[in-house]
Amino acid sequence: MNARKGDVDEVLVALADPMRRRLLDALSAHPQATATALAEKLPVTRQAIVKHLTVLEQAGLVEARKHGREVQFAVRPERLESTAQWMRGVAAAWDHRLTAIKRLAEKPKTNKTERDHDRS
Amino acid sequence: MVEDRIEREIVVAAPRERVWEIITQAEHVGTWFGESAQVDLRPGGELVLRWEKYGSFYGSIEKIDEPNYLSYRWVPGIPDVKPTNENSTLVEFTLTPEGADTRVRVVETGFGRLPRNESERAEQFQDNTEGWTTKLHDLQQYAEKLPV
Repeated sequence: MNARKGDVDEVLVALADPMRRRLLDALSAHPQATATALAEKLPVTRQAIVKHLTVLEQAGLVEARKHGREVQFAVRPERLESTAQWMRGVAAAWDHRLTAIKRLAEKPKTNKTERDHDRS
Repeated sequence: MVEDRIEREIVVAAPRERVWEIITQAEHVGTWFGESAQVDLRPGGELVLRWEKYGSFYGSIEKIDEPNYLSYRWVPGIPDVKPTNENSTLVEFTLTPEGADTRVRVVETGFGRLPRNESERAEQFQDNTEGWTTKLHDLQQYAEKLPV
């Protein structure tokens, strides 16, 4: 899956807020929940929940569905997966850097013999 | 769950002071994190990472607690841009002794704050990010060959 960077940015902005991450977790555990039901599970007002859900919906992370007079919300995993993939790329870059730090740190301090040996 | 945060660590069979040199001295940083580097090691000091192919990337040192902790903000993926609180991520290194070894933990946070909604810039970002992963493979090999 190839994520457009713009999509990834939107998702990361949405996820930068700890309450929105908790909201996503709550929604994963209780699919098809309404804003009112979510407000009962989290320590914020229904109004705040609605605002957060709007941000998550714009980022493509949740989907609103009308069900009679209720609006139910569900997690859309596709965007999360493409963002997770992008973050794995960033994490892999750090793994490479840390490995390089380890190699440099564990190498004996230079003297001429070692340098010649290293380059042979 | 995806978070706006990367956390990685590694255990190095070397004293903490040695690892500190490698993460703070320009001659070393310019091998594991760039083809050359400049490090002005003081709070507010500038960090520059250069790649011939990708350009110069800027950072700003936030906090130094030798030899335990180092943090800086930098602008990943976008060359020639100086970091502000709005366009950068925060990179934090924590070095913890474990017997004769050192545990190195790196945490990078704030990806959600990076510049966005500018398609051209976003494209550039993606190109650089992809380029980097490949480049880092090269760097790792380069670091292996180098005398310390």
